Amino acid sequence: MAPGDRRGATFASEFRMPSLGADMQAGTVVNWLVKPGDHVTHGDVVAEVETEKGVFEVEISSDGVVDELAVGKGAKVPVGTVLARLRRDGVTTPPATGGAGTIETPVAAPTAAPPAPPAAPAAPAAPAAPAGAAPAHIVRASPLARKIAEAKGVDLANVTGTGPGGAITKADVERASSAPSAQRVETTAAPPVAPPVAPPIAAPTSEPMLAMRHAVAAAVSRSKREIPHYYLGTDISLGAAMGWLAAQNQARAIADRILPAALLLKSVALALRKYPALNGFWTDDAHHPAEAIHVGVAISLRAGGLIAPAIHDADQLSLGDLMRALSDLVRRTRAGGLRSSEMTDATITVSNLGDEGAASVFGVIYPPQLALVGFGKINERPWAEGGMLGVRPVVTATLAADHRATDGHYGSRFLAEIDRLLQTPESL
Amino acid sequence: MTKDEVKTAVIAALRRIAPEADPASLRSDLPIRDQVDLDSMDFLNFLMELHNALGVDIPETAYRQVATLDGCVEYVAAHGPQPQHR
Repeated sequence: MAPGDRRGATFASEFRMPSLGADMQAGTVVNWLVKPGDHVTHGDVVAEVETEKGVFEVEISSDGVVDELAVGKGAKVPVGTVLARLRRDGVTTPPATGGAGTIETPVAAPTAAPPAPPAAPAAPAAPAAPAGAAPAHIVRASPLARKIAEAKGVDLANVTGTGPGGAITKADVERASSAPSAQRVETTAAPPVAPPVAPPIAAPTSEPMLAMRHAVAAAVSRSKREIPHYYLGTDISLGAAMGWLAAQNQARAIADRILPAALLLKSVALALRKYPALNGFWTDDAHHPAEAIHVGVAISLRAGGLIAPAIHDADQLSLGDLMRALSDLVRRTRAGGLRSSEMTDATITVSNLGDEGAASVFGVIYPPQLALVGFGKINERPWAEGGMLGVRPVVTATLAADHRATDGHYGSRFLAEIDRLLQTPESL
Repeated sequence: MTKDEVKTAVIAALRRIAPEADPASLRSDLPIRDQVDLDSMDFLNFLMELHNALGVDIPETAYRQVATLDGCVEYVAAHGPQPQHR
């Protein structure tokens, strides 16, 4: 609430560009879903905002009537910029606080607006593209290929990759740059030229990738600068869990099959009930444990970079529901359609490397969260138990936690609780 | 369905999950997941696409058999379209 506003008593609140994660500095309004005069209520999706990580459906956190849209479609503005003003509709005036109220009081972006990413044009990115509908875009290319493409002004979207998995290689870029029809990237803010043929999906360039890397860099730097991390790791036998899961899945259709990831997420969520000091935030030099358990899931984007949207109240979901939520989250992360609350509500993050990953991961905490739980690849290892040596599926669980809020003893007991829960999978 | 048609359908299913997968450079005798970046969720979605397109239900116990494109085609040929599970 902002008393003394020029609109006096009729003015209710301002709707600002939200911070959709610690690594976001600015966003582009690609679509307004409301217009002046529309009545909105808490949780309504009012705008679509594009960042380096895709297009998000942004929800409003208060009730009222849209008074004015302060920022037009296509405008790229820093986090915290007023996007719209609401006036009271005389029906409800809820307090402008609460868990999901981050839209009105966005997490402060690291100080003033940082210098723009090197190649970012002043004009909104790709205004000609129907960005509102554009899914998170995918171009696979080697780092070297990207470098050369940038130097030669080749748009990777128009290059056919011949590398592993269709990835664009150095040779592909060089071929494209010498071809007469090679599509050139507009390196200035000149209006984009319509491509001779419609590109398969909204055309990306290497610029979004650089911007994504830049955003990730800002977030992890802030984390490592501000958060004194401590790290713990423990090996957990998943013999019981994997056996139980295999039996469950045998009876399930493909669409209902449960992945080990869901089991691991559930164990973390339940363990947090017992160890709540790891769940929540460190803000304003103080520890703020959260009551609800919203588990952020680190999901890698096909084009590179990652994103960690939240599964709300993960501790209260059945395994089947949790699996559906996870599947839906991954789908929307890649296709677009994540909601702003999913980007701002996570109270902890889980990074699961999956079955093609490394053995363990010691994560970088997402500020202002308190902890990140990592799971490496589940694989068969020799396992001693009760004086016997056997072979079991084993996962290495790790914890990176904020030492200002908790210590290693507490963190150890939390990991032990995850282990304990995973030994009785039927209770998850 | 001929084997070629099955293979085309399998590749189409794969490309719906991993649009960057290039059929021309994909070796059909090597594990798909060594060539295309698929996590376990992607792989499950790939199987779901196969199920929707070809009506074949691949159990977890057969994952090893369907690791390659050739394996997929053979599995589908042997187990054919099946009645819908649900």
